[in-house]
Amino acid sequence: MVIKSPKRPSTQAKSTVLPAATPQSWRWRLGQWLLSPDVLAPLVVGILALALWDLAVRLLELPPYLLPGPILVAQTLVREWPRLFPSLLITLQITLAAFGAATLSGLLIAILFTQSKWIERSLFPYAVILQTTPIVAIAPLIIIWLRNDTFAALVVCAWIVAFFPIVSNTTLGLNSADHSLRNLFELYGANRWQTLWYLRLPSALPYFLGGLRISGGLALIGAVVAEFVAGTGGTRSGIAYQILMSSYNLQIPRMFAALIMTTTLGVLIFVILTLLSDFLLRHWHESAIRREN
Amino acid sequence: MTALLRLDQVSKVYNSGTVALDGVNLAVDAGEFVSLVGPSGCGKSTALRLVAGLGEVSSGQMQWSVPPEQRQMAFVFQDAALMPWATVVNNVHLPLKLKGQSLRACRQQIYQALDRVALGDAASAYPRQLSGGMKMRVSIARALVTQPQVLLMDEPFGALDEMTRSRLNQDVLDLWQQQQWTVLFVTHNIYEAVYLSQRVVVMAAQPGRVVAEVTIDVPYPRTEAFRTSSLFNQYCREILTHLAQAEAGGGPVPMSSEESAIAG
Ligand SMILES: Nc1ncnc2c1ncn2[C@@H]1O[C@H](COP(=O)(O)OP(=O)(O)OP(=O)(O)O)[C@@H](O)[C@H]1O
Ligand SMILES: [Mg+2]
Repeated sequence: MVIKSPKRPSTQAKSTVLPAATPQSWRWRLGQWLLSPDVLAPLVVGILALALWDLAVRLLELPPYLLPGPILVAQTLVREWPRLFPSLLITLQITLAAFGAATLSGLLIAILFTQSKWIERSLFPYAVILQTTPIVAIAPLIIIWLRNDTFAALVVCAWIVAFFPIVSNTTLGLNSADHSLRNLFELYGANRWQTLWYLRLPSALPYFLGGLRISGGLALIGAVVAEFVAGTGGTRSGIAYQILMSSYNLQIPRMFAALIMTTTLGVLIFVILTLLSDFLLRHWHESAIRREN
Repeated sequence: MTALLRLDQVSKVYNSGTVALDGVNLAVDAGEFVSLVGPSGCGKSTALRLVAGLGEVSSGQMQWSVPPEQRQMAFVFQDAALMPWATVVNNVHLPLKLKGQSLRACRQQIYQALDRVALGDAASAYPRQLSGGMKMRVSIARALVTQPQVLLMDEPFGALDEMTRSRLNQDVLDLWQQQQWTVLFVTHNIYEAVYLSQRVVVMAAQPGRVVAEVTIDVPYPRTEAFRTSSLFNQYCREILTHLAQAEAGGGPVPMSSEESAIAG
């Protein structure tokens, strides 16, 4: 932000009052947000937990290979960052590719389902089967099938985990368009595509976004689990490989550091998707509107 | 002259087994203003939906004397049925958009309709920002904008205050005469029915059926003086008597506003 010098002509000076004082400025709002219970409460809990953790490690004199203290973990995180961060980026790539594929395929399959009851009847059970198959069990197979391209294999595994919530949520949303509105569309002679585009898809948007929020985290978990199964594989190794190697070598502080990076990434994905959801629904959906009674 | 629309022994049984309509006979002439009154659950909305072609009759026949092009219908639903994600303008635009007309091409039409229901200022608001009555008026504007030949209204003014209600009553009557609409009007309010219509169809519940038709033989334009005349009261009392008889004769009927009107 540019703060203009007070020597400017008076017409300018009027419009360049420092924004900090006005209640609507972003600084003021940021300050309010940081002081709000939504931020303060979890912060206090977090600090207490860390203090307790530290205290326990000191009092019980736990060795670092059993439980490292938070300060040691933080130090390791800083020291190992140059090696851990590139691994995290690889996992992030897998996660994003799987998440993108899951979003696209989930949306299309859900739309297909609502176009014909028969398609839904015949295919939905298989979507459920795919969802309930333990990924740990089939990941080795997938990795063998796609042994020329480990990246693709990992993406497929993460995709399998991530896509079901999007399919089931979006299908539910597409089918829950308001009864009277559906009647209205029929009365005014809307065709199938108009009904889909102007009625069903907007109705499904909140459900779809809810599905995205679940799937974002699942895609990350899927990627990590698949990497675990894949083991050491190749030069491009993700964060799970780092966690695995650290635990083999009893570098427990390093393992904790990698874990913390993974969870932080998961939280970031969730926060971004929540913000996206709130933004897209800000005008009309209860979930994104501050209640005023 | 043959009737525009004729219902012949029409019954409607929902999948749940509810007999919503049982052997209903009704004829509506082109350009006529007909009201349906009756207790809650007597099948008024069901009847209106069948007329609109939403859902199949279970038995009996429904016949139109003109082809579909000559009976463009508009429906005002009991719940306003607005799209929450669209602004007022976009909601009113909907029927035209479905016919392939862009917002720019029919802007004037839309604002005219909005002005008619005194919502020109709320054009860019979202439905959640509107009161119940305003939502209903948007829904009415959405019906007006299509310039229909047949207007089906399901308790359109139930949520409105007395002032707005009587103003919109007047508007509907004016438009009806100007545009030569055929109007089927569902209401809980007997006074409104008598004031507006040429004919009031009295229905009873369980099973839903027509128990009487009362012709309101008063010329238009009807003035406020008509509302307070003894003739007006006479018509209202006649309809109330029909409703009371139907209830006394029929089985137990759920509490409705007509009952309280009789009690009061
Ligand atoms: N979609 C439906 N499925 C099953 N039963 C229905 C359905 N719609 C209405 N009914 C039943 O049919 C009967 C008539 O309902 P309808 O909505 O036509 O009544 P109504 O006269 O419009 O009542 P109100 O004045 O309360 O709006 C009721 O008993 C209701 O429970
Ligand atoms: Mg009704």
